[in-house]
Amino acid sequence: MALSVAPELRRKHRRNRLRTLGFLSPWLVGFSVFFAYPLLATVYFSFMHYNQIKEPTFVGLRNWTYVLTQMPLFGPALWNTLWLVVVMVALRVVFGLGIGLLVTKVKSGVGLFRTAFYIPYLAPPVAATVAFVFLLSPGSGPVNEILSAVGIDSPPTWFNDPAWAKPSLVMLSLWGIGDLMVIFMAALLDVPKEQYEAAELDGAGAWARFRYVTWPSITPIVMFAVVTGVVQTMQYYTQALVAGKLASGISVGPGTVIQPGYPDHSTLTVGQLVYSLGFQNFNTGAACVLSLVLFAIAMAVTSLLMRKRAGLLTAED
Amino acid sequence: MTTTAPRAATDVRTGSSGGPAVRAVRRKRVLHWIALHSLALAAALFFVLPFVFVFLTSVMSDGQAMSGELWPRAWHWENYAQVFRTPGFLDWWRNSLLYAVLGTVFTVCSSVPVAYALAKFRFRGRRTAMLLVISTMMLPPQVIVVPMYLVWAQQLHLTGSLWPLIIPMAFGDAYSIFLLRQFLLTIPQEYLESARVDGCGELRTLLRIVVPMAKPGIAAVALFQFFYCWNDYFGPQIYTAQNPGAWTLSYGLETFKSAHMVNWNLTMAATLLVMAPVIVVFFFAQKAFVEGVTLTGVKG
Repeated sequence: MALSVAPELRRKHRRNRLRTLGFLSPWLVGFSVFFAYPLLATVYFSFMHYNQIKEPTFVGLRNWTYVLTQMPLFGPALWNTLWLVVVMVALRVVFGLGIGLLVTKVKSGVGLFRTAFYIPYLAPPVAATVAFVFLLSPGSGPVNEILSAVGIDSPPTWFNDPAWAKPSLVMLSLWGIGDLMVIFMAALLDVPKEQYEAAELDGAGAWARFRYVTWPSITPIVMFAVVTGVVQTMQYYTQALVAGKLASGISVGPGTVIQPGYPDHSTLTVGQLVYSLGFQNFNTGAACVLSLVLFAIAMAVTSLLMRKRAGLLTAED
Repeated sequence: MTTTAPRAATDVRTGSSGGPAVRAVRRKRVLHWIALHSLALAAALFFVLPFVFVFLTSVMSDGQAMSGELWPRAWHWENYAQVFRTPGFLDWWRNSLLYAVLGTVFTVCSSVPVAYALAKFRFRGRRTAMLLVISTMMLPPQVIVVPMYLVWAQQLHLTGSLWPLIIPMAFGDAYSIFLLRQFLLTIPQEYLESARVDGCGELRTLLRIVVPMAKPGIAAVALFQFFYCWNDYFGPQIYTAQNPGAWTLSYGLETFKSAHMVNWNLTMAATLLVMAPVIVVFFFAQKAFVEGVTLTGVKG
């Protein structure tokens, strides 16, 4: 830098950099300590044998081959997680859009309907899950009482049946559709009215108007709902764990080691398996391998979806 | 889905004379109204009935709660008093509040300046910083939990308390930073320029100009964070499992059922008591809340 013409400008430049660093500092510290460090440590531990008592010892790729090829629960956990990502996200988007449309069309009692549809979303996940395990309990739960009262002889046993446990979780997630409803509602009200009027003049029916007027203008929001849905469902944990534990009827408390995923591993997710390996079996290495697999899938999915312009970054970035 | 028509197809202007065509149109409109509202009512039942059944069971006697009957024979309001007398329940209540209040205050104070810098400063690496914030947001918490736990347990000896959950919130939360930045982008640059011309430093500009203008966004983020902490199960499970004195309501509730054997009535009363604060807060802060949910999706 031979140019000495603008030392003032350079000083100003430096001051700006310091100012930016100052404002960013909480996050810079947080990012390094609570994100970058543990991520690197996860990679480190994935090559170690470590039971959290004795010093870690290097075992090369043994944890990796164990998790990916031998661990019996890896397959079911991965399958359940992917099942939930596909089915739950798809149904939530369809149902959320349906409820959103319904709320924008209803003419009487709009406020009441909106509140009724929204409130369950607020219920803390654990409380909502406990409530649903009770509602769907096979013996004396209200749902099965009503089903047998209307003549259904052998209603499903819901959270106690491997085939019904995941659909029951999907139902629980549809109950909490309020967030998507609000987002879709806002998007639907943003569609310019004149376009509907024009389409109507052209003789477009209800479906045609939805397909050619509504849909194109709400696709960014649908895309956003899909991305956030996938991200949330990848880490699906609390509801599956609590439902499995409660439905199994096994008393739980600190120190009780239970097989997660009751019934029959049907609700075991990757997140639960990480917990189970790391905090119940103290197999730190395997837990870290599984964490990294989850990380890789999460990053792959999000980068794929982000490339399709999910609206997460504005154009000016 | 027959109700997707943005407007009843019958909204066509017809002549003012009441011919049979008009009557047919009117009848169609009435039928449409009935179909739409029946559908809405059916949907509302799906959302409301779970609360109703949970409430009805919560006031049943121990015996009736196991019977499968839907309506309480006698109203046992004392079940709620009994829940409060359960050992630990009040501690869990206090811990939940502590976690939620401190967590929210820390998150807002640490995230606002970061979001402001990301929204309004121009600097090299801004795009990268934004991408890193978003990737942090996308990261499942299970990915980094094992080494993080080891640090809190072995180096800092803070497990068995809520501090491993509260302290990190003083260092910015990716999701809150992201939402606040989205909101701050909508503040016109001219306001900031004029503050600078008046000789305001950046910190003064932030506190005097930006924060008051961003109140709705900050309120929404604060609410979200409050609910996140209140609802958190994974965090308390990891860090407080071995010490029931540090449990939160969300974590304690799950053990409630087993502690009370099969008493669904008390479990349901406790469930409603865990839901209640969130719903009460919602009714007081409805506007900020809806603003927040829309913020996540629409302003992009």
